[in-house]
Order: sequence, then structure tokens, then C-alpha cells
Amino acid sequence: MKNSKKFALLGTKKSLKLDSGKNLRSFKIAYQTYGKLNKNKNNAILICHALSGDQYAAGQNPITKKTGWWSKAIGPNLPIDTNKFFVICSNILGGCLGSIGPKELNPVTKKEYNMSFPVITIRDMVNAQKMLIDELDIKKLFSVIGGSAGGFQVLQWAASYPESVVSAIPIATSFRHSAQNIAFHEVGRQAIMSDPDWCNGNYIDKKKRPEKGLSVARMLALISYLSEEAFQRKFGRNLQSKVSLAYGFKTDFQVESYLKHQGLAFVGRFDANSYLYITRAMDYFDLPNQKKGGLKKIYKNSPVKFCVISFTSDWVYPTKYSKEIVDSLNTVGADVSFVEIQTDKGHDAFLLDEKEFNETVKGFLKANASKEGF
Amino acid sequence: MNRLDFEIIKNVVKDNSRVLDVGCETGELLKFLNKGKKIDGRGLEISQKNVSICLKHGLSVVQGDADKDLVSYPSKSFDFVILSQTLQATHSPEKVLNELVRISKRAIVSFPNFGSWVIRLKLLINGIMPESDLLPYTWYTTPNIHLCTIKDFKKLCNKNSINIEQNFFLNKNRKKITNPIKKLFNNFFSISGLFVLKK
Repeated sequence: MKNSKKFALLGTKKSLKLDSGKNLRSFKIAYQTYGKLNKNKNNAILICHALSGDQYAAGQNPITKKTGWWSKAIGPNLPIDTNKFFVICSNILGGCLGSIGPKELNPVTKKEYNMSFPVITIRDMVNAQKMLIDELDIKKLFSVIGGSAGGFQVLQWAASYPESVVSAIPIATSFRHSAQNIAFHEVGRQAIMSDPDWCNGNYIDKKKRPEKGLSVARMLALISYLSEEAFQRKFGRNLQSKVSLAYGFKTDFQVESYLKHQGLAFVGRFDANSYLYITRAMDYFDLPNQKKGGLKKIYKNSPVKFCVISFTSDWVYPTKYSKEIVDSLNTVGADVSFVEIQTDKGHDAFLLDEKEFNETVKGFLKANASKEGF
Repeated sequence: MNRLDFEIIKNVVKDNSRVLDVGCETGELLKFLNKGKKIDGRGLEISQKNVSICLKHGLSVVQGDADKDLVSYPSKSFDFVILSQTLQATHSPEKVLNELVRISKRAIVSFPNFGSWVIRLKLLINGIMPESDLLPYTWYTTPNIHLCTIKDFKKLCNKNSINIEQNFFLNKNRKKITNPIKKLFNNFFSISGLFVLKK
């Protein structure tokens, strides 16, 4: 499972028209592939990463030197079996690991885009992925899989390109951002933008980084990704290397230390402006609003086989939103399966090697692969 | 028990029909129907583990509860909806029954008959809640909270203007009852009934 820096130069012939009305011409999308594309080119799976993810889904991430964010799910004999499938994962549009985004150079001004980068949407990301898939000469994806914001992309793929996907696995996700989702994101963005080192987005020029702001944004987000039970189980009221309370404001509790550590680790690998743009794209996501008649109209006569998965303790995108998707799909007679996995690990459960989750994904993919004849 | 139910159901279900198996467990009936019949089969099942097993077998199954989730299916969206040996375990059998006939052109419902002579005799002689192959639980652990007799069931259908198109009765040896006398007194002689319903 080796990672090498792969790029595709897209939009050279035809530009990518964004939802905002702007156009992107000749832009790079960074991606990784695992496994082999078969002769019929019908075993390709697109993995859509979430807000803080990247294209290094499996193997070793060359930036962090840690294993890929989904290395427990993607690999030989794993649920997304690379002996069987050709797995593609691209850095999303607006990301910061090689794909076009705010920290890349604007070919016109020869300077970083920063806040002059156009505001992008989930649909824009998916359209860019479709250009990549076309570039790789794959007519039809066997599956599109993703959790959280990756799940938004999965739902958008099935909505925009139903003829180009056999199956879709939206995980721990929703069809639109709720007021609470937007609220959490806005606090994160405010933390970044009120950091003096953000410099109105021009921190690269000023040789600064809004580290404090971005790490606070990450700390806040992490609280929402775990459940109350998981926090309690992992940390309780345990003290950090002290036998008693210090009666001060340094790190007393282990949970504080954890959040600070995670915040700092994030700053080392993520661009603050990218964080602003991607959270905005997520806030703008409102799939039913894309068509009069909502989800039912969008998925009417859909040939896509859906496998919707949610987690009991996910309070970012609770099961009720997955069920609404399932109900809409049922109403229009679409081919849909649904499971709600029992876990106390919260929203992040899909990243955490949950046995029942793995079994479900593995079984669904394998059964459908044999229906497709491989 | 289920096996015989399966044969009867297979004979009732027509080729090329859309079928929903409510409470499909690990998908045995759907797999059985898929063999030798062309159906577009779906399942609804309460246990996540069972749903995942169904997915492994290539079935399309939604995790859900018959009491709560049938409402989300549109009217007449299936040719056949099957509720095999589960009605007695639902919280609101009347509501579920009405949902079944709403979402389907025909509903196939089977359940253990509490009016069977076997059960009557057990209760009469022992004076305790009867346990049997079909009802293998103690009264305090049983999921079967709404047991009924065939007569009760027919009354409920009548009350809700649900037509019984076909009925099948099974004897103690799990064979279809053919004897006309026993058929007439089915509420006494059968341990289970299977009904094809329409509204």
C-alpha cells in the first residue's frame, strides 16, 4: 500500500463551472489509488474523504508519517478489499494536500489565492471528481463510499451521476446541514478569523500561521465527533500528571491535554483557509433544495444501490437524518439497505474499526461484486 | 415451521413481483423465493446483525421496526408484503395489519393459532401458560405479546374491512390441513394459519 504523489490536471479543455457561477480552468487534483483496475474497468471504488481527511486513505501518509485515515478499512482482505477493487481517493476541491485550493497559486496573479479562491460547494467537489474519473477513463464506478462530508459527496454523486455509479455507501451523514451543524462550523471559523495571525487570510505572505485559531476550531470540532460516553470512558476526570488539582489554568485534566495535542497536530497538517472553505461548502450543502420535490424527486428511478449506515451515538449527523434519506428512497422504490450500528464512539465511529460496520461494508461490497461478475 | 410456511408463500407469490418481507431475519425466505422465482425482494428487519447478514447475501434490507417504519412506504408499492409468524410480536397488530394491506396489493400473514386444541389442552390440564414449538418462551420472556386465535384474527380483518382471499391451515405435524371437517373447525385443529389479505 504505497503512496506516491499523483496529480491530474483537469479542466484544460473545458473549465469546471462552479455553483457560484465562477469557472476553474486548468486545475490540479491530487489523488491516490490502491489495488488494480481490472480489464473491464468495472471494479473501481471512489472514496470520498471528510472535512479533515485527504487522499492518503490507506498506506502511510507521507505528510504525517502516520497510517492513512482509513487504513483499517482499505487494504488486502479488508472490508474495501484491494485484492478485488481498484480504490481511488482524491483530495477534495478546496483541500490543502495538492488539489486546487486557497493555498495554491492563482495562475493569473501568480500569488496564492487565499481568500480570493472562489467559494465552492459539495457539488463542485463531486463535479471535479467526475472529471478525474473521466480522465482515468472509468465509465462507471462500482461504488462511491464516504463518511460525514464524504457522505455528502456520495449522496451528491448518486444525485448528479446516477448512471455512473453502481452502488453508494453514505456513512454517518446527512442530506443537509442543520442549524446546529452550521453553528459549530461558524464558531470554528470565527476562532480562525479572529486570530491576529490569520491576517485577513494572507498569512502565507506575512509568514505567519493562525495556529491558535485553527487549533481551537479543531478542538471544538473534536468534541462533536465523540460522544459523551466516549469522552467519559477515555478520560473521565483523570488528571494529567498531577496527583491533585493545581488551582490554576494550566492543563489539569487529561481531556484538556488531549484536545490541545490534537489541535496542535492538526495545525501541522492543515491549512486554515482550506478549513474555512470546506466548512462553508458543508454548510451550503442542502441536497433536497437542489430540485423541486426534494430527495424523492432527486432519486426517482435511480438505478443506484444504496447502503446507508449510521451510528447510534453520532450527534453530528444523528440516525434520524439517515432514516429520512432511507424513507425518501423507499418512497420512490429505490434499491436501499440501511443499518444503524450500535456504538458509543460517536460520529467518528466510521474511522475506528467497528466490527459490525466493517462486516456490513464488506458483505455489501462482496455480494454486489459477485452480482457484477467479479 | 417456517419451511412449510415458505412453500405456501412461494406458491402464492407470483413471478416478477415486488415483495417486502417484514421481519425477514437473516433473509431465509427472500433467498428461498429468489430460487426459481424472479422477484424484486426487499426486507425490513429489526436486528442490525441480521440486516448485515442479509446484505452479505446480496439482499436489500432496511433496519427498522414493523410497528414504526411501515408508514414510510407508499401505498400499493409492493405486489406482496409478507409478515410470517411475527404479527403476535408487534405492539399494535391492528395498525400493522392496516399498514400491510395499504402498502401492498396483497398481504400474506401467518401466525401461531392460540386457539389450537394443543394449546387449549395444555392450558386446561396444566393451568399454566402453554409453551410449544411455535411459542417456545416462558410467559415472562416471550416477545409474543399479542397472541390471538384464528377466530380473533378473522374478526379483526372483518372490523377493518380487510378481505381474506385465501387461507391455509397447518396441523400439529406441520402439514396443510385437507380434511374438510378439520378445515371447517380450523380454529380448533390448526396450530398455525396463513392468510392472503387484500384491501
